[in-house]
Amino acid sequence: MNDGILALDAASLAAAVRSGEVTAVEVVETYLAQISVQEPEVGAFLSIDAEAAISAAAALDRARESGEELGPLAGVPVALKDNLCTTGFPTTAASRILEGWIPPYNATVVDRVLAAGGIAIGKTNLDEFAMGSSTENSGYKITRNPHDLDRVPGGSSGGSAAAVVSRMALLALGSDTGGSIRQPASLTGIVGLKPTYGRVSRYGLLAFASSLDQIGPMAATVKDAALMAEVIFGHDPMDATSLAVPVPALVDGIEGGVRSLRIGLVSNLLEVAAPAVAAAVERAAAALAGEGATVETVAIPELSLGLPAYYVVAPAEASSNLARYDGVRYGFRGEGATAEEMMVSSRSEGFGAEVKRRIMLGTYALSAGYYDAFYLRAQRVRSLVRSAFQEAYSRFDLLLSPTSPTTAFKIGERSDDPVEMYRSDVCTIPSNLSGDPAISVPFGKEGGLPIGVQLMGPALAEERLLRAAYALEAGWSGE
Amino acid sequence: MTSGISKADVVHVARLARLRLSSGEIAMYQEQLSRILDLVGEMDDDRLAVMPAMAHTQDLVNVLREDVPRPGLERERLLGSAPDTEGEFFRIPKILGEPE
Repeated sequence: MNDGILALDAASLAAAVRSGEVTAVEVVETYLAQISVQEPEVGAFLSIDAEAAISAAAALDRARESGEELGPLAGVPVALKDNLCTTGFPTTAASRILEGWIPPYNATVVDRVLAAGGIAIGKTNLDEFAMGSSTENSGYKITRNPHDLDRVPGGSSGGSAAAVVSRMALLALGSDTGGSIRQPASLTGIVGLKPTYGRVSRYGLLAFASSLDQIGPMAATVKDAALMAEVIFGHDPMDATSLAVPVPALVDGIEGGVRSLRIGLVSNLLEVAAPAVAAAVERAAAALAGEGATVETVAIPELSLGLPAYYVVAPAEASSNLARYDGVRYGFRGEGATAEEMMVSSRSEGFGAEVKRRIMLGTYALSAGYYDAFYLRAQRVRSLVRSAFQEAYSRFDLLLSPTSPTTAFKIGERSDDPVEMYRSDVCTIPSNLSGDPAISVPFGKEGGLPIGVQLMGPALAEERLLRAAYALEAGWSGE
Repeated sequence: MTSGISKADVVHVARLARLRLSSGEIAMYQEQLSRILDLVGEMDDDRLAVMPAMAHTQDLVNVLREDVPRPGLERERLLGSAPDTEGEFFRIPKILGEPE
């Protein structure tokens, strides 16, 4: 039965739990057994609570026995990125400055997953405060790519991606500020969706860059990602930027196909990709065309300006957001005879090198004399990127590009060179700057390593995006 | 080309950000931040002058909830997360330093 449980997708597993065909406890025990085998090698989690997961599953089974209707994620083991507040687990954002901190409330997305019957199986590793593209910036541990343990799983949601691809969780939540859901999805061969900014409540997400951050689903299949999206989408009064718009049905109709969709293949993002990645994207374009979409090449050079603008906007917002970590109200406190000395010690000892780098970069960009040259200029680039997208979306329903220019790189290969690491975000950053949705779907392999392709769409076009992603997934033979 | 951030700039910015850096870190961040600023220098396009500054993707202004009282988070629980407390207060070292 165990292999049977692990083979089920989220909708089928939840249906089996709802009907009593399998119990939620059996499901959780199966996944915990999988964790005991995989986790020592992969290192996806920062905390796991087997006992709590089993007792949550047992409560679900009792509810079913007493006639209660269970939710769409009944019994589904879900991994949560450790920058999402949870009352049941420590929440560290992989930073030493929050070691051992247990939040006083759950993030809205966590409450929604639990209310839908999902089982929180553990908290996953990330680059500290989600700053990075390899999960090597964690203050605690390295997470390895299950396809090749010498390589990174991508980042910053690398733990969530590694957990899903090694079946230690069936679904996961990540957060995406500049590609942190899509790039690890691409490097591990799973599906990762960054929703429209405001689709998902950020209440309880530890803030990195508030105008860019968005929580989204990571899953083995497009349909599973759609199911998770339906659970977490929707307005939340606790997040003032959360959109008060209806949530469309995403799973029903996902098989509707791409006939008559106009898809633009973004040539200048193709040019930055490694040959094998570019070839995979071209095969994806051909597959979509084969399914009836109209695919044309389009150059949108403005998108390439997104990268430098992002490395002003995101650090600027981060420098402000991370000012709250001062050793006073929560987390780590360093030594100091005065309040200021204590704050300086807390921050200097609590933050890792990448976080300090970005705080200083942001502080510099916002400081007197530099504001116009950096921050204001970056905000103007942001308008330029958005208007270029708007122009493209007047001619195309969706855009296609690589997710990451390369497949998974070796652990340590880029960790000494932040600029090289930053450049790998070039394809994913534009949709964060514009606030539009985008998804990474596996479409090919090179030397055993997965390649993801990215579909981008205009704001609130998740239904169309998932429909095209589903067609792509069906169009890849797995080789 | 280099946007040239000096050691003094690094020290100044670290002070503003309440970070203490070793001399090795100052040298490392000077080199790295200079290279990142070179990357940032790629923001160049003739149309930028006429583009509005965009802080946010949404046109929302002053989003307010109904003015209805509701329970907040429990004080004990919040104080329980703090490294040091006294009664119902967060406790920190003295704010003003001794004159040297």
